[in-house]
Amino acid sequence: MIENLSIFPILGQAIVAVILLFFWRRPKWQRILSIFGSSVNLFIAAALFYFVYEHGTQTTQLGNWEAPFGITMVADLLAVSLVLLTNIVGFVLSIYSNANMVSARVKFGYYAMFHFLIMGLSGAFLTGDIFNMYVWFEVIIISSFVLLTIGGRKIQIEGAVKYFTLNMLSSIVFLTGIAMLYGVTGTLNMAELGRVIPTIENTGIVDTISLIFFIGFGVKAGVFPLYFWLPASYHTPPAAVSALFGGLLTKVGVYAMIRTFTLIFPLSEMNQIILAVIAIFTIFFGGIGALVQKDVLRVFSYLIICHIGFMVGGLSLFTEVALVGAVFYMFHDIIVKTTLFMMGGVFFRIFGNTKLYNMGGLMNNYPRLSLLFAIPLFALVGIPPLSGFWPKISLFGASYETGNIIMLVSFIFASLITLIIIAKVWNDTFAKKELETAKLKQLKYFDQFDRREKTAMILPIALLIGVTLYYSFFSEHIQIVAERIGHDLMHPETYIKAVFPSKN
Amino acid sequence: MEILLAIMTGILYAAGIYLILRRSLVKLIIGIVVLGNGVNLLIFLMGGLVKGQPPIIPKDSHHIEGIFADPVPQALILTAIVISFGLQSFAIVLIKRAYKVLQTDDIDAMNKTDDIE
Repeated sequence: MIENLSIFPILGQAIVAVILLFFWRRPKWQRILSIFGSSVNLFIAAALFYFVYEHGTQTTQLGNWEAPFGITMVADLLAVSLVLLTNIVGFVLSIYSNANMVSARVKFGYYAMFHFLIMGLSGAFLTGDIFNMYVWFEVIIISSFVLLTIGGRKIQIEGAVKYFTLNMLSSIVFLTGIAMLYGVTGTLNMAELGRVIPTIENTGIVDTISLIFFIGFGVKAGVFPLYFWLPASYHTPPAAVSALFGGLLTKVGVYAMIRTFTLIFPLSEMNQIILAVIAIFTIFFGGIGALVQKDVLRVFSYLIICHIGFMVGGLSLFTEVALVGAVFYMFHDIIVKTTLFMMGGVFFRIFGNTKLYNMGGLMNNYPRLSLLFAIPLFALVGIPPLSGFWPKISLFGASYETGNIIMLVSFIFASLITLIIIAKVWNDTFAKKELETAKLKQLKYFDQFDRREKTAMILPIALLIGVTLYYSFFSEHIQIVAERIGHDLMHPETYIKAVFPSKN
Repeated sequence: MEILLAIMTGILYAAGIYLILRRSLVKLIIGIVVLGNGVNLLIFLMGGLVKGQPPIIPKDSHHIEGIFADPVPQALILTAIVISFGLQSFAIVLIKRAYKVLQTDDIDAMNKTDDIE
């Protein structure tokens, strides 16, 4: 029982998804079951997090094959924290989907795919085998393709073509990296790779393979020259789907990057420079891209790219403090970006579209809602004491300590440009005078919602804002977790020891 | 044999990337399929080619003597083929749908989602 603990989050989601398939044409049942299943899974994830936090890394050898031969599931603190956050996001989005997803879309298997996607995410975080990670990535992209195209509007199909092509390409690059890695080392277990790679004398080939992995993960994460699929597709699906994608999908790429570049290929000096340059370009291009956009969802999409730069930049500095900052920033970003895209869904229901020049007057018409929505926007900028501020202390401090002044400047630039963008969004949606626009006939507006639907739309946002406030006012709790993760990441021996208890 | 497979892998990669860079939607999908096959061949090649030595443990022993063919790459290829098969069928439905909805096969004409407006 206890030794199998680390696969429970995956199994839980799989069971929920399979049960949902039996209720194919009954959207009402699917909605209830999805909320119930998500809350059970949230409980499982929280239990796993607590267990790992108290007792250290847990491993499961699938099929009882000893470590380097079978697939190992490794639940270390980084993985379980991300699984917990994934399940929090999954839980709130399963409530949010009640108001946001029309039954016609639910009938095409929306909820089942939603849970398969979360299963894939949990698997990718928990696995300790590089090929198994590829398989989980494929689970993620297959479910995300379906979620992206459900409904089949013109713009969705067009976004899906772009999303499909680049994600397939990144999987192929990733698989190429795995093939070469297997040819060089003869193993796929990540802990074993961490032991074998330092003994290889031909460092040229190792560096090459590590960069192939970087390209593969970079497409997923949306770093500088590889991000164009992201703003082209993230604003096309309904808000619940964009929120799921915006909060979690790019972070899997960042997680995979952090994992491979600390455990398998500890960053060489050359790779550190490459990552730093790419992080800086990501920050600049994402920030400037967000500045010129006129659709609020596209603004948020570019902000995702801009803030990916923080995490990749933190990784490129490669000190313990920087990794603590990067991990804390990732935790903060998952919650805040999900909230932003959910807010985008509310904007759509209030104004009938998401163009900045068509909005306005939210502060006069919905004062309480505006006060609520101000919190994630300010948290994103990092105004103290809100959650975006705390990881920046570590990141700024680490870049100053390592003498990387250009990185420090670009972090400050990113914070400043985020402030400008948020001020612009605030001005256009909340403060500006309301505009007289023609109402769409077929859309159900926010005013026409009954009490239940309004609750389903606002309650999940309020829950996530609650998490943000927890980050803000109890940041020392998160900091303690992040510091332990940072220590583990800089000392991969602990990970290897957990997988091979007998050999050390 | 190795050199032949290496050249073949290179040709598949080159052809796949060339096809992906074309403007036609159908050629894009064919390019991804060809590239996927190139990767499978690469895994096969990187596992090492051993002729006539199946990894079967003899009855009176607990391990295999000498060099034997590595079964892991074949398991990997099998997994990769199954996954890419599923994705390809999705891709074919997607391009059919895209052609029907967007009335074009030209990737350069698909710029609606990139407009700033």
